[in-house]
Amino acid sequence: MRFTFDGRPLLGEPGDTLAAALLRNGVRVVGRSVRLGRPRGVFSAGPEEPNALVRVGADPMLAATTVELYDGLEAWSLRGKGRVDPDAVDGRRCDKGYLHCDVLVVGGGPAGLAATLAAGRAGARVILVDDQPVLGGDLLNSRLRLDGAPGCDWADGLSLQARVLTRTTAVGYYDHNYVVAVERRARGERLWHIRARRVVLATGAHERSVAFPGNDRPGVMLASAARAYANRYGVAAGRRAVVFACADSGYEAARDLAAAGVEVVAIVDPRNGGPQAAVIGAVVAGAVVTGAVVTGTTGDADGVLTGVQVGDRHFPADLLAVAGGWNPAVHLFSQSQGRLRYDEDLRAFVPGTSAQAERSAGACRGVYGTREAIADGYAAGAEAAGRDADPGLRVPECDEGPQRPPAALWWVEGTSQEESFVDLQRDVTVADLARATGTGMRSVEHVKRYTTAGTGADQGKTSGAAVVGVMSALLGAEPGQVGTTTFRPPYTPVSFATLAGRDRGALSDPVRTTAMHDAHVARGAVFEDVGQWKRPWYFPLDGETMEAAVLRECRAARTAVAAMDASTLGKIDVRGADAGAFLDRIYTNMYSTLAVGACRYGLMCTADGMVFDDGTTTRLGEEHFLMTTTTGNAAAVLDWLEEWRQTEWPDLDVSFTSVTDHWATVAVVGPRAREVIAAVVPGALDLAFMRYASTPVLGVEGRVFRISFSGELAYEVNVPWRYGRALWETVLELGAVPYGTETMHVLRAEKGFAIVGQETDGTVTPHDLGMSWIVSKRKPDFVGRRSHSRPDTARPGRKRLVGLLPDDPAAVVEEGAQLVAEPAGGMVGHVTSSYASVALGRAFGLALAANVEAGDRLTAVSGGSSHGVTVVAPVFYDPENARRDGEPLAFRPEPHRGECRSESPAAAFAGRFAAASGPRARLREVPFEPMWEVRGTDPGTGLRLGPSWWLVSGNITPQPDWVDVSGQRTILELSGPDATEVLITGCPVDLDTLPGPTQTLLGRTSVILERRERDTYRIYVRSSFTRYLAEWLVDALDAL
Amino acid sequence: MLLIDCPHCGPRDETEFRYGGQAGISCPTGDVSDEEWAAYVFMRDNPKGWFRERWFHVHGCRTWFDVERHTVTHEVRKAR
Ligand SMILES: [Zn+2]
Repeated sequence: MRFTFDGRPLLGEPGDTLAAALLRNGVRVVGRSVRLGRPRGVFSAGPEEPNALVRVGADPMLAATTVELYDGLEAWSLRGKGRVDPDAVDGRRCDKGYLHCDVLVVGGGPAGLAATLAAGRAGARVILVDDQPVLGGDLLNSRLRLDGAPGCDWADGLSLQARVLTRTTAVGYYDHNYVVAVERRARGERLWHIRARRVVLATGAHERSVAFPGNDRPGVMLASAARAYANRYGVAAGRRAVVFACADSGYEAARDLAAAGVEVVAIVDPRNGGPQAAVIGAVVAGAVVTGAVVTGTTGDADGVLTGVQVGDRHFPADLLAVAGGWNPAVHLFSQSQGRLRYDEDLRAFVPGTSAQAERSAGACRGVYGTREAIADGYAAGAEAAGRDADPGLRVPECDEGPQRPPAALWWVEGTSQEESFVDLQRDVTVADLARATGTGMRSVEHVKRYTTAGTGADQGKTSGAAVVGVMSALLGAEPGQVGTTTFRPPYTPVSFATLAGRDRGALSDPVRTTAMHDAHVARGAVFEDVGQWKRPWYFPLDGETMEAAVLRECRAARTAVAAMDASTLGKIDVRGADAGAFLDRIYTNMYSTLAVGACRYGLMCTADGMVFDDGTTTRLGEEHFLMTTTTGNAAAVLDWLEEWRQTEWPDLDVSFTSVTDHWATVAVVGPRAREVIAAVVPGALDLAFMRYASTPVLGVEGRVFRISFSGELAYEVNVPWRYGRALWETVLELGAVPYGTETMHVLRAEKGFAIVGQETDGTVTPHDLGMSWIVSKRKPDFVGRRSHSRPDTARPGRKRLVGLLPDDPAAVVEEGAQLVAEPAGGMVGHVTSSYASVALGRAFGLALAANVEAGDRLTAVSGGSSHGVTVVAPVFYDPENARRDGEPLAFRPEPHRGECRSESPAAAFAGRFAAASGPRARLREVPFEPMWEVRGTDPGTGLRLGPSWWLVSGNITPQPDWVDVSGQRTILELSGPDATEVLITGCPVDLDTLPGPTQTLLGRTSVILERRERDTYRIYVRSSFTRYLAEWLVDALDAL
Repeated sequence: MLLIDCPHCGPRDETEFRYGGQAGISCPTGDVSDEEWAAYVFMRDNPKGWFRERWFHVHGCRTWFDVERHTVTHEVRKAR
């Protein structure tokens, strides 16, 4: 396999890591250290690597020991720090997925394989994740024999009943056994969100180094790494080696290096007593030096290792393999909030008390030895599955010898001038630690922050224990007393692209659209984001500025007829014998006395008495109301109603159903609005102000409300979603000028109507808005009432809504500008709304200000500009409400003829759904069928959505109390063998144990999910979210 | 991420829920002093240990319910 390193063409072998391939090519210096610029080489063979950091493609910093070689790979060395290439194109398609299991096993070494086998045999649903391309763990790196055959054969021969994810690193262990893992795929990483009943951690152990002078030279390497390169990759990391064997694993490394043709010139063992002659063989036995330590190294002009100093003896060598002992990989255990304890015999921190349904098995809990790890894994797997171990599971025979305790050696105080490194990635030395403890620091957390030890991208995997060991030596304390720093996720670095997955670009946040959206786009509307909605802001004609467009739209609404897409307003169907009583308690004003067919504007407060939302609510029947909310607050208001009904007034007979998406709404506004209404909905022509009619619109079912947010004659015309676009186009054909939210804001401000969220900010009461008239004094109580008499809300001198007229009639003061009283200069309030008005022929504004009255002069200050303004009453236009009935019809228009075209929410996607479908997964929109939401008694059919809540669909006759929601949702059908694999990329529930239809999340939107057959799902999605979900599904099919 | 046990739907991810704060706070009725009213509106317990709290299954069955959660360990159990 061809690859390049710093532009040099090199050759590697399939299966190589980049680090193995570099060593294969004799590359000793892979990069330079971050602070001191010292040359560094490959130090480890796994994710603990501190030195060999490289840039590969768009990835600014990766450990060469974790990069699988591929043909054409281009790698660049680093100086210990990543470098983002702004021009790099990241073509990866990252994704995520949700998985659920009884038992999650992390680590595919002997212990993890045994646990997986045992748990699977016990009938548990098991997932095994392992970070290597093939299973086996340390068996891959060793020449160990199990049952007389290579250890890997044992691993290969296991028949695991589990979902096995290789190349997958568990990076985070969170609350309630929620484990996040990153799968490396050629096309882009996949972030797995795994929820497990029980977790078995079999993460193995990391070998540690020892601090001695010159221990950072290229050529100094962990003994386990030198052994892995020799055994697994067939790469000799040097020609002449010294092994520093503080633990017996050093002897295994020496034996295997010798077998790979490396000349082992010395095995330096600080411990007294004989070597492990049985395992090392005759080749290297003569080289053993016991009771000695490595005291320094020598190097060439490039700093690369040339020899090893052992006291006054010098051994020429180009490889120093350090076996400092082992640190159980307790990272995930510690992340799970388990408590560590220091084991005096192992001289390492091991898992103590678990905090979650978890247990560690094998080397990660200090159970070293392959035989012991397998036995431990069997026990852990069976225990996690809730069974006794299958007696048929046998621990294989193993040719491993016994292991002696490692030397208690962290630090060799050599005689040379060379630095002794503790953290290679951060260039932290023993001298740095000594400086920290010398200043009086005793906590390992303080020393970490002072020296930066352990803060590199490797998170101190090879240095953490060394810091503790050296500190304990410096302070004369036991390592267990010093303790460890906190292990935090992620275990290995995770790129932002991986975290983002497919939630990029158009899919980064759902966009909600109305039935008229495509018509707005075609008309060149400029859109504004209101919550997640895209709303037309204004409709510029050719080359028109925003200012000109808004003035033109306002003029049309004030002098002729104009139309706005008002579909985004929240609409809540309220039913029940106590509906009126409930609304009396929620709104500040009275609803139980409202006549059937009448509309009333209402204000609701939170318990602290502040304005929460407003809108018009209409009594459709004796026990039936339709509430409207602001666009941004629709979901919050529905939640609010549900909260009070369920938690405070459960005895009230009332239920709420969102019909926001069911109805498409067009506001027809202006003195000549009747001309349009007569043609479109003749049944509403004689409707009185604040009245409602249920009457055909363009020949289809419709509802008309005569309410006005502009002061002009106005009708809000509603039809089911699928007819919304036809209604809109017809209204415009009849001469209405389309207008957007900016014009709507100007028109209402001219009338002094406050907008929740613009004039209010959660600190404003109805009284502050000058709306005491809407606060009932007759009702015994409503939410927020008692707060209105609290000393602070009742005090004089609160900010109140006022009008402003700038001295300069052309000056549109910036919204948010501070209002300063003259001459004292006190700040009295701020500007909440400010516009140019065609009706007034000048600029005007609304403000919240304290202790001012009409006629007061203030200065509006914003940034570097200030404007003189005069306080006026906040009603600028038609204070007598003389315009609300418009002009009488000059002629009688003909009712509009022709079919009212129907369009489903996903109609525009039919072609793309077909193109994205294949034999593995098919996607389509289910043809229209009527749907109702049912509360109370079981209809005996349909999908159960919640307690006393059903969705019924099909061509059946509805009961009178069923709420028509045919337009509220559409149904997308996903089928085929890969359907489940598509859904797990965005649905957090366990699809395999789905009890029935369920409401949950898919991507970033709520859905009802119905598994009709094994491979067929129906997804009920809100009409306004359909465009988003359709894009999401097409993208998911494409990413398969 | 927490796993919350909805009484209707069973255990679901925290992302499907809305947090509802301390449970068992009822709106006082009748004549209440400013202090009593302020205590209802503004004051909540913040214990280290078990805490009875409300959750709303906003993206699911839309049920309000109470659980007990340990504020140190995040252990969640059925409200007693
Ligand atoms: Zn639920």
